[in-house]
Amino acid sequence: MIKNTKQNYLNHPRGIMSWLLTVDHKRIGLMYLVSGILFFFMGGLLALVMRFELAAPGNDIISNEIYNNAYTLHGAIMIFLFIIPAIPGALGNILLPLMVGAKDVAFPRLNLASFYIYSFGALFALYTIVNGGVDTGWTFYTPYSTQSSSNVVPMTLGIFIIGFSSILTGLNFIATVHKMRIPGLTWYKLPLFVWALYGTSLVQITATPVLAITMVLLMLERFLGIGIFDPALGGDPVLYQHFFWFYSHPAVYIMILPAFGIISEIIPVHSRKKIWGYKFIAYSTLSIAFIGFLVWGHHMFTSGQSVFSQIVFSFITYFVGIPTGVKIFSWILTMYKGQVSFTPPMLYALAFLFLFTIGGLTGIFLGAVALDIHLHDTYFVVAHFHYVMQGGTIVAFLGGLHHWWPKSFGVMYNQTIANIAALGVFIGFNGTFFPQFLLGLRGMPRRYATYDEQFVELHSYSTFWSGILGISIFIAVMNLFWSFMKKNKVDPGSNPWGGMTLEWTHTSSPPHPHNFEEEPVLQHGPYDYDKVIVQKTYKK
Amino acid sequence: MLDRLTEFFFPKQVSTFASEIDSLYFFIFYSSVALFFIVVFGMLYLSIKYRHRKGEELKLTSSKAHSNLLESLFFIIPLILVSITFVWGIRAYLKMVIVPDDAIEIKVTGVSWFWTFDYPDGGQTLNELVVPSNTPVKLVLSSKDVLHSFFIPVMRSKMDCLPNRYNVMWFDATKEGVYDIFCTEYCGTGHSQMGAKVIVMRPAQYEEWALELGADDDSIPLDELGAKLYTQKACNTCHTEDGSALVGPSFLQTSQMYEQERVFDDGTSSIIDDNYVRNSILEPQTQIVAGYQGVMPTYQGLLNDRELDALITYIKSLDGDSQI
Amino acid sequence: MAHHNPDAPSHLKHYFHDVNQQYETSKFAMWAFILTEVLTFAGLFVAYIVYRSWYPDMFVDAHKLLDVNKGLMNTIVLITSSLTMALAIWAIQKNNKKLSVFMLLATFIFALVFLGIKFLEYSHKFEVGQLPGEFYSYMGPDAVHLNNPHIFFSIYFIMTGLHGLHVAIGMGLIAWLVYSTQKGNLTSEYYTPMEMIGIFWHLVDLIWIYLFPLFYLIG
Repeated sequence: MIKNTKQNYLNHPRGIMSWLLTVDHKRIGLMYLVSGILFFFMGGLLALVMRFELAAPGNDIISNEIYNNAYTLHGAIMIFLFIIPAIPGALGNILLPLMVGAKDVAFPRLNLASFYIYSFGALFALYTIVNGGVDTGWTFYTPYSTQSSSNVVPMTLGIFIIGFSSILTGLNFIATVHKMRIPGLTWYKLPLFVWALYGTSLVQITATPVLAITMVLLMLERFLGIGIFDPALGGDPVLYQHFFWFYSHPAVYIMILPAFGIISEIIPVHSRKKIWGYKFIAYSTLSIAFIGFLVWGHHMFTSGQSVFSQIVFSFITYFVGIPTGVKIFSWILTMYKGQVSFTPPMLYALAFLFLFTIGGLTGIFLGAVALDIHLHDTYFVVAHFHYVMQGGTIVAFLGGLHHWWPKSFGVMYNQTIANIAALGVFIGFNGTFFPQFLLGLRGMPRRYATYDEQFVELHSYSTFWSGILGISIFIAVMNLFWSFMKKNKVDPGSNPWGGMTLEWTHTSSPPHPHNFEEEPVLQHGPYDYDKVIVQKTYKK
Repeated sequence: MLDRLTEFFFPKQVSTFASEIDSLYFFIFYSSVALFFIVVFGMLYLSIKYRHRKGEELKLTSSKAHSNLLESLFFIIPLILVSITFVWGIRAYLKMVIVPDDAIEIKVTGVSWFWTFDYPDGGQTLNELVVPSNTPVKLVLSSKDVLHSFFIPVMRSKMDCLPNRYNVMWFDATKEGVYDIFCTEYCGTGHSQMGAKVIVMRPAQYEEWALELGADDDSIPLDELGAKLYTQKACNTCHTEDGSALVGPSFLQTSQMYEQERVFDDGTSSIIDDNYVRNSILEPQTQIVAGYQGVMPTYQGLLNDRELDALITYIKSLDGDSQI
Repeated sequence: MAHHNPDAPSHLKHYFHDVNQQYETSKFAMWAFILTEVLTFAGLFVAYIVYRSWYPDMFVDAHKLLDVNKGLMNTIVLITSSLTMALAIWAIQKNNKKLSVFMLLATFIFALVFLGIKFLEYSHKFEVGQLPGEFYSYMGPDAVHLNNPHIFFSIYFIMTGLHGLHVAIGMGLIAWLVYSTQKGNLTSEYYTPMEMIGIFWHLVDLIWIYLFPLFYLIG
């Protein structure tokens, strides 16, 4: 079925212009991947600078100003330049058309435009960095952000522009899922990663416009003093917070839903088992995306909103928790009576289950209003969202990269090194962020460049392990890219994990320039390990 | 046992509602630990028990992928747990928002980067909130500039300070002592130095203290008063006495440069003398030392003439040699 | 890559099966885009609602400074342009190229008239200082001083400005349609771009139909 051709999207056509002007979703995906990883390292480096500054109290390495710039840029880069655009942009772009059996996304030229809009927005972010940074926090709370003399406008402009890229990618993906599936590929036969991207895209096209308008109002506030958010002109800073979180809470789901999708692919394939509760996982993706729009107020429990709002937001918040919990149990039960292999992708998936469970459960603490008042804006919150964003999303992203690497690029990395790095990420991550829960409980506020003596012990643990975490991530990513250098080519017909979805069964590794030699015909569902034996084929 | 655990996780419990919040914490904590162990145990058990053994052939696996009983359990057990959490959270929260009628009212104002406290019978303190024990205290919070947030960990309470409206929080301190106050809403360069202390006194002692407040203390010499004001009025947040530059120039540098010329960011300059120092405290935005940002708030109304004299004397008394 | 089917029409992109799939995809994406647009304006409508509920009297007083006649004229102009847009599509369906181009040109001119009237309104406001935020300096006899009237004008300028920007973008798209239709690229066989831009144009009209009463006819 898979023809052994030498021609694939990486080598055909050749030349730099064929890359810069490509409308091939796989090439665009690869470009997103490279830029995303660069920003990931940039954000990670900033994180390490902060951690080393915080190893001891006082301003030992950097001043308050530089620290404030570092944490702002760390957040803004990681969220707006890496996690939100790069994960759907890279893995989503490469895989979505393959998974639905299409030759490309619905609007290939628009897809390229999205990438360039993203790059254009990223230029503003880079300009911000070289021009002295921005010190408001990634949340840009007014009135500090309307008064700060740092580069608020270039940064918000960059975010505004990247928002368009996000909206256009979302539109493209939704249209692709709705209209580009091959005949016979019904909704319930879609791989769950497609469902996850669909949910993500829905949030992208509905929430991002509100962020865009918020950023515009913030810029106008600085240019014209329009007075909507500035208390000195009769405006209201709390209104800004409502606007901002109305986008940024759903943005959390833009960041985590693709991770859910990746895990829903890795676990059944590497356990060779039908996924537990397919329909539940599919629908909970959509319901989480929807409920995500109704809980933004839980970021504002200490802002002085009415008691009634506090109660309502706390109540709805728990309704995100329950479907998420059922998903975790479904992933675990998938392994029941399977044939589980401890491959690098599977190790990342197991690490995800461990870390994301902690991230999710600590969210329950923060949803209880009375307790949140103590924990709000402390290191408990920092630890919580890093367990979700890094322990959840980034660990799943690394798992996804290891899972689809041989498929996407036709090369296999060193699996032993990958396993060791995965372990290092897991241990280093827990070592870095677990002490931060305790710091928060004991009252350590976030966004502090220096701190009280009483917190020194926990901070120094955190710093020590952050070094291990940083090195492990670096090794994991380098190990992946190293596979290109050493020409670890796999046979174009390989299916090293025995995957059942179209990208594994119907196209070569790396895929054909137009995805499939001929239009695929669906023979089984995405996880029918109870009906068909797919061999693991892997030849160098 | 529980006390030891509470001490491990939390700072002291000083407010009346602290213990209830901590109990809520432990309820969620133990439920979470239980759920977490189910997850981790299930994950390890299933992955190891059903691992693909070396040499074992790939086979068709079970088609079991659904169980009404299990799925209902996954739904119902967490639902019960979060319902309890929700109700508990709200109950405890209502105690935190309903202020007793007999509470004494203190006005708290956040200014970048210090706190001022205005007491019901007049008088003001800076960065030191003095309250009586076993008496409800109502704080009315606001900000002079950007957002701040007033956090007393031992009271388990926190509230944002906004520039355009008043927020309220209250507590009833149960133990005398001196405890930390932090600013928890990012407010710029000096955010991490915007700390203060809450001093809880026996009510009788508080009465006495409140009477003395505002009465000028003429007995202590100027330079000693200046040294006291240096920390009391939060000068030390931004100005060191050892020559190192923080947000603003070090007082030691100013002292060493007395009678010399200082250059400002607009290119002008002036000789450092008593008038210059006084003007820098009262109208800090008019002469900003080159290389620094003009972020200092005015101390107009926060210092009387004697206190200004004291600070000037104190700055002049700083001597580099004795410090090193 | 050439399409599998050599008989496929030239406007069919190779990654679609057939014309119908391509058309359905475009239409679907267009409606999704409309949803995005609606949400963009929704953010501003929320700001409007919040401030109107805080300062109801100020809104009523400040709205009197707007020129209802010009607003009404613009409403009529824009509704008419929606009609001509629809007629352009109807004409191309009947393969009447001439009429279609004529109707598109009419739509374009109505849009121009709309922006012209808007320009007159804006320039008057600039002259007398009915401007957003810090620049509000109106001192006329009917001036509103209480409760931050500059916020009314901030919201007015941002919303009508964003809407005006959409009108301008729409004009660019319609100009392109005139060119394509004239060249014969759009026919009764394939006129998807015209239909999509038509949907966009109706949205622009619809938003104005909300903006007009909310700014000009309150109180």
